[in-house]
Amino acid sequence: MRDATAIVGLGATPYYKRGASAPQTLEELVGKAVLAAVHDSGLRVRDIDGFAYFAGGFDTALLTETLGIPEIRFSATLTGTGGGSAGAIGLAAAAIVSGQAEVVVCVGANQQGAQRFGAITSAYPATPENAFFSASGLVGPGHMFALLARRHMHLYGTTREDFAEVAMAIRANAVSNPNALLRQPMTREDYFKAPMLADPHCLYDFCLESDGAVAVIVTSAERARDLRQRPVRVLASHHGGSGDWGRSIYWMNMPDETFASSGHAMVARRLYAAAGVEPKDIDTAQIYDHFTSQVIMQLEDYGFCAKGEGGAFVRSGAIRREGGSLPINTDGGQLSCGYVWGMTHVREAVEQLRGTAVNQVPGAQLALVTGGPSVLPVSGLILAH
Amino acid sequence: MAIARRPPPELFKLAVNHWTQPFWQATKEHRLLLARCADCGHARMPPTPFCPQCQSQRIAWTVLSGLGTVYSYTVVTRAILPDMDAHLPYVPAVIALDGADGVRLISNVVDIEVQAITVGLRVQVVWDDAPSQGVAVPRFAPVAAAAA
Repeated sequence: MRDATAIVGLGATPYYKRGASAPQTLEELVGKAVLAAVHDSGLRVRDIDGFAYFAGGFDTALLTETLGIPEIRFSATLTGTGGGSAGAIGLAAAAIVSGQAEVVVCVGANQQGAQRFGAITSAYPATPENAFFSASGLVGPGHMFALLARRHMHLYGTTREDFAEVAMAIRANAVSNPNALLRQPMTREDYFKAPMLADPHCLYDFCLESDGAVAVIVTSAERARDLRQRPVRVLASHHGGSGDWGRSIYWMNMPDETFASSGHAMVARRLYAAAGVEPKDIDTAQIYDHFTSQVIMQLEDYGFCAKGEGGAFVRSGAIRREGGSLPINTDGGQLSCGYVWGMTHVREAVEQLRGTAVNQVPGAQLALVTGGPSVLPVSGLILAH
Repeated sequence: MAIARRPPPELFKLAVNHWTQPFWQATKEHRLLLARCADCGHARMPPTPFCPQCQSQRIAWTVLSGLGTVYSYTVVTRAILPDMDAHLPYVPAVIALDGADGVRLISNVVDIEVQAITVGLRVQVVWDDAPSQGVAVPRFAPVAAAAA
């Protein structure tokens, strides 16, 4: 699959504060992003013949009929939750390489007017599985990941200063991005003045709750050559993870060795092997930042530093766009730009590799994108100029 | 100094299947059970239909002492649902259960000053009857407080 496909179109709605996208419907946001991506690519709506989703996906029947797509040859959703944003691109690539489809749309969108994601676990149905955490008051993912963060602090001496550095480095990128929802610079004082929500996570350790949609179009490398945009090559996409990571945050019985992690280590190894590159080759990384602490753990799991040294790594300034060795979340990330289930990270990687990013990393050739640390499968993606 | 309280009881929504039913049944008698594979002895929680070690479906239920260690915890200090306000702060925690080969339970640390909670704190189960659900919920208090 290496280098056999490319992202040729990119479309997005504006990012809205939670609920502010009304009265547009969620399907409308999805449709707008898809049409924008088609327009960007130079293809036509009737060229679309596949959809690849994640996190529950969307209704292909509704989309094809409302958008006027004449034939669908592939429609699939990666299982799991936000962990699949990077992996959905791999689903599209698999469809194309195997000849099942030629032009596949990957789209992610959310609209949090009715159900805010910050309290989403409290809205899960009563199941025998969920009965083992619902009584504890773990109302949202931020509570659950705080348990991993505390363990990381305990084992490795990671501190809130390290979380603050992640929040500030990513905010610094949002300041110069007109699409970003939070554009005020953040100082260390601002960070420590923010209300604590689920100790050790304060307000600025949490991603935004926003509305929006992002779509990309994937086609064969061959077909990509003749299209409007400079193709962004799909070097590798992998989803899965170690079996004992399993339901991870919902049962908290991951092995002791990986409890304080992002669950991505095995996916990272396979991803680098499939792409034929190493961590040192990556020019910019778009790391799924639902929580600052999980950014640190992903930096470890993706081999940018040793296990347990993520705090020291960010403290060194490594993730800063100014002077850092690995500029991350160059659009301002989900912490400060906008939250769309991780698809904002795919968008930013594409813009970096096209050379059109607002905060362009000079000469960026290789970009890593990660899907959300969560239950299996988690996913990663490596794109190339 | 704030004492760790109980989260809103309305958050607990019990559903059972025949694999988890013995665990919840025992809570009514304030007994904490562990699912152990009857063939290879591998401990697992929650109780699931297969042993991940040997795929056996036979479970030998073991009564635990209720002692354990705080493996990790978070202090919830802000309401993100309206009915949380009256229950703050509360402390969701992962408890490594004694006699369970490292198996953990998601629960709460209660009846202790929040500032005194640490990873590694020794705790003992205390039971909160949940009449609306017909079972009791295991929570964990520091060993001395639970004995008192």
